[in-house]
Amino acid sequence: MNRFLDLIAGLYALVAYGFIYLPIVVLVLFSFQASRFPLPPFTGPSLRWYGEVLGDSKFTGAMVNSVVVGVVSSAVAVLLGFLAAYGCARMRDRLGGAIRALLIAPLSVSYLIIGMGLVVLFNWAGVPKSLLAVGIGHVVINLPLCFAILYSQMSDNIIRLEQAARDLGAREWQVLSLVVAPVLWPALLASFVLSLTLSWDEFLIAFLLTRFETTLPVEIWTLLRSGLNPKANAIGAVVFGVSILMVVLAELAIFGKGTKKS
Amino acid sequence: MSAPVVSIRNLSHAFGALTVLHELSLDIQPGEYVVLLGPSGSGKTTLLSILGGFLQPTNGAVLIDGRDCTHMPPAKRPTTTVFQDYALFPHMSVGANVAFGLRMNGVAKAERQRLARETLALVGLEQVLDKRPHQLSGGQRQRVALARALVMKPRLLLLDEPLGALDLGLRRQMQEELKAIQKRVGTAFVHVTHDQEEAMALADLLLVMQDGRIVDQGNPERVYTQPSTRFSATFMGENTLIDAEVTEISGTTAILRTALGTLALDRPGIRKGKATLTVRPENLRLGTAPSGRVSLGSGEVAESVFQGSYRKAVVRTGSGGDILLKLPVDMPVGIGERVEVHAELRHIGLLQE
Repeated sequence: MNRFLDLIAGLYALVAYGFIYLPIVVLVLFSFQASRFPLPPFTGPSLRWYGEVLGDSKFTGAMVNSVVVGVVSSAVAVLLGFLAAYGCARMRDRLGGAIRALLIAPLSVSYLIIGMGLVVLFNWAGVPKSLLAVGIGHVVINLPLCFAILYSQMSDNIIRLEQAARDLGAREWQVLSLVVAPVLWPALLASFVLSLTLSWDEFLIAFLLTRFETTLPVEIWTLLRSGLNPKANAIGAVVFGVSILMVVLAELAIFGKGTKKS
Repeated sequence: MSAPVVSIRNLSHAFGALTVLHELSLDIQPGEYVVLLGPSGSGKTTLLSILGGFLQPTNGAVLIDGRDCTHMPPAKRPTTTVFQDYALFPHMSVGANVAFGLRMNGVAKAERQRLARETLALVGLEQVLDKRPHQLSGGQRQRVALARALVMKPRLLLLDEPLGALDLGLRRQMQEELKAIQKRVGTAFVHVTHDQEEAMALADLLLVMQDGRIVDQGNPERVYTQPSTRFSATFMGENTLIDAEVTEISGTTAILRTALGTLALDRPGIRKGKATLTVRPENLRLGTAPSGRVSLGSGEVAESVFQGSYRKAVVRTGSGGDILLKLPVDMPVGIGERVEVHAELRHIGLLQE
């Protein structure tokens, strides 16, 4: 009887994980296809399409663009989120609460709405569609997240550490750079990597705010419009690999600290 | 007496409508160990925060070495603080923690390492120089925090419930070390606590605080045996309070009438009218008063409990209320016995408020 239940449970798990991972497995598998279509039968393995992707300056350029936009916008979002969290931790009154709510609220607004808003605003302000515009858009969507993560780490304990540092003669910038930032290092790294992951495969805002130079997700979308192609699979596999790498880094940053403490 | 290190003048502080310090004045002498004792909410931590520069008082002034420091930020003050939870920098080694203040003040690396090592040796911890705070025990962290504050050679060292996080045995041991270190460095300490035993063991000057006021101050022995307010008489340990009336005064000798009888006390500054006698339970004995001791009346033994190092007894006097005694254990006393209670004159406190 028990055996039977175990079998059912095992099958169920297999179906569940299959449901989640099969599309990715198929995507990655057919990126190694040797023939022109990413459809069965599997004719590989071959690195033909990876070669084509890496030889195509349109894709490598988009990849570099994605990395630059991701790194710069994440760094800005983390810096602004850190400073906002640092300030808000000192405002325990109603005004502080209102500022916190306003900073976190954009998390609930869809990227489409934010993207449309930015299109209208940039159009009015005369900012051309560009990577800069996408970067600003990514700061807008990632700042609330960075703020929320960093604010949750601003405990009374940190405020006491700051007091101790000031008591010993540290100036404000020294308090921030020598005490608060190093103590919050794991949270800073985690919010940076999370921002980077979100920016890396963000499509909507990048699509709405770029024209000639664009990011990788927009380039993939353009490619897919002309039908199925193992090249798209190869790019998808690369994007997926990078995302996984960043998630692992974020997990190490967050949970690595936890295990060290205990 | 030399010039005070710290002069606190008419200090008041309010959080919104709530006044937590009322017109407080106090001088702290060089090398003095001052303990602020009081229940939570008595304003002792607020006073410490103002001395450290973490809080700006609503009114009044703080002078350190005669210089007005009331609005000087903590970084510029010749004070350092040992925080309640130690606030050691978790990402730095013990040595870097202790040297942090020197580094902020531009002391060269070799020099600050030498001073950090020297100060850690002073608190008996030179062997943990390269460890991280989380690798240390509670008592060791406490000493690192002390070293980090002492290395700055402050004019005044502030300690906010420094032993509060330690268990009882360690607290008593650290308390002795703290006192020894203070005597060695000769710096004035202000130590906040709500532990009376700790306060009495450490203080040169004991300040009892209640509702933002200093309600008693003096050396701990005097404050304990002859408290000057009802609050300090009851807050510190157990006490028996007896209502009395001063009926006659000749010179400094007063005749007091209580529900238990009449006695004469020789106290300067006494005046006619209502008064309260206080007497500690361990200073009372049973039987007929021998010469040099004075009878406080008699009653019936209502309770007698063996407590290990002493026997706790309660004598019910009827009109005069209950009298609490801590008797030597070898002094048997039966419940229901009629007894007389007596004490030495110098152990009787007198309150006139």
